[in-house]
Amino acid sequence: MSLWEYANPVKFLRLSERVLPWLWGGAAICLVVGLVWGFFFTPDDFRQGSTVKIIYLHVPSALMAINAWFMMLVASLIWIIRRHHVSALAARAAAPVGIVMTLIALVTGAIWGQPMWGTWWAWDPRLTSFLILFLFYLGYVALWEAIEDPDSAADLTAILCLVGTVFAVLSRYAVNFWNQGLHQGASLSLDKEENVADVFYFPLLVCIAGFVFLFLALVLYRTGTEIRVRRTRALIARETRTTDLHAEARDA
Amino acid sequence: MPDLGKYADAVLSAYAASLVLLVGIVALSLWRGRRVRAEMQDVERRSKRDG
Repeated sequence: MSLWEYANPVKFLRLSERVLPWLWGGAAICLVVGLVWGFFFTPDDFRQGSTVKIIYLHVPSALMAINAWFMMLVASLIWIIRRHHVSALAARAAAPVGIVMTLIALVTGAIWGQPMWGTWWAWDPRLTSFLILFLFYLGYVALWEAIEDPDSAADLTAILCLVGTVFAVLSRYAVNFWNQGLHQGASLSLDKEENVADVFYFPLLVCIAGFVFLFLALVLYRTGTEIRVRRTRALIARETRTTDLHAEARDA
Repeated sequence: MPDLGKYADAVLSAYAASLVLLVGIVALSLWRGRRVRAEMQDVERRSKRDG
């Protein structure tokens, strides 16, 4: 059995129907447990006070915003190289989810920044590259909507995705590249000194798992929807062609 | 409800905004998915009937 079997829309839909209930369930359980644990049962931070509770939304959403783009990159490369329609549709399906994740990261970051940094926004390398990533997401969705031919749209959006990857990488590593700016380093690290304290770390891991499950569930579900849209269009086109042929035959 | 102190507004608004966005994308995806599925079944039925 090969992974490429799932490039077949029917097989993909059959697999996603089987996997989706588990993903939705995993997302609901992890998000409820993680957010309730983080919000109600963790202490305030000695410097940040209760605003530390925003970490349970900000970090997982920022992580998913960047990884959603990388998932779109892989799907776009598969489309460019192997011309599998399901991969192009999966990239298209992931973009609005990426927009929401980026928006949550930007909004929660701004709400946290106001009391902690004294400003909603700063033109800091990580914040700026994140904002540009958000604009790339919007551009990507707009480009899909603007082009009528789905194969041309998939080609052009794949190229846009390759270009936008620069900003996805920058969003992740900007803090390491430039030693200036307000944004602190990564909250999750293998280095015990840099990592957040255990009391915040474990509920954060559960929330991250919840966001990952939710992302996967949404992308699978939405890809299924895109496959059905494509099939519906193909059936309507065939119907129209048949009607035209019948009309021509009658006239002749 | 935990005592959020002077940052209560910030914490609660961050949670509210995030939950609205998350519920929004899930609801929109499910709504569109159901609509598209129904439309496809409709077209499939019609094309089977008309041969």
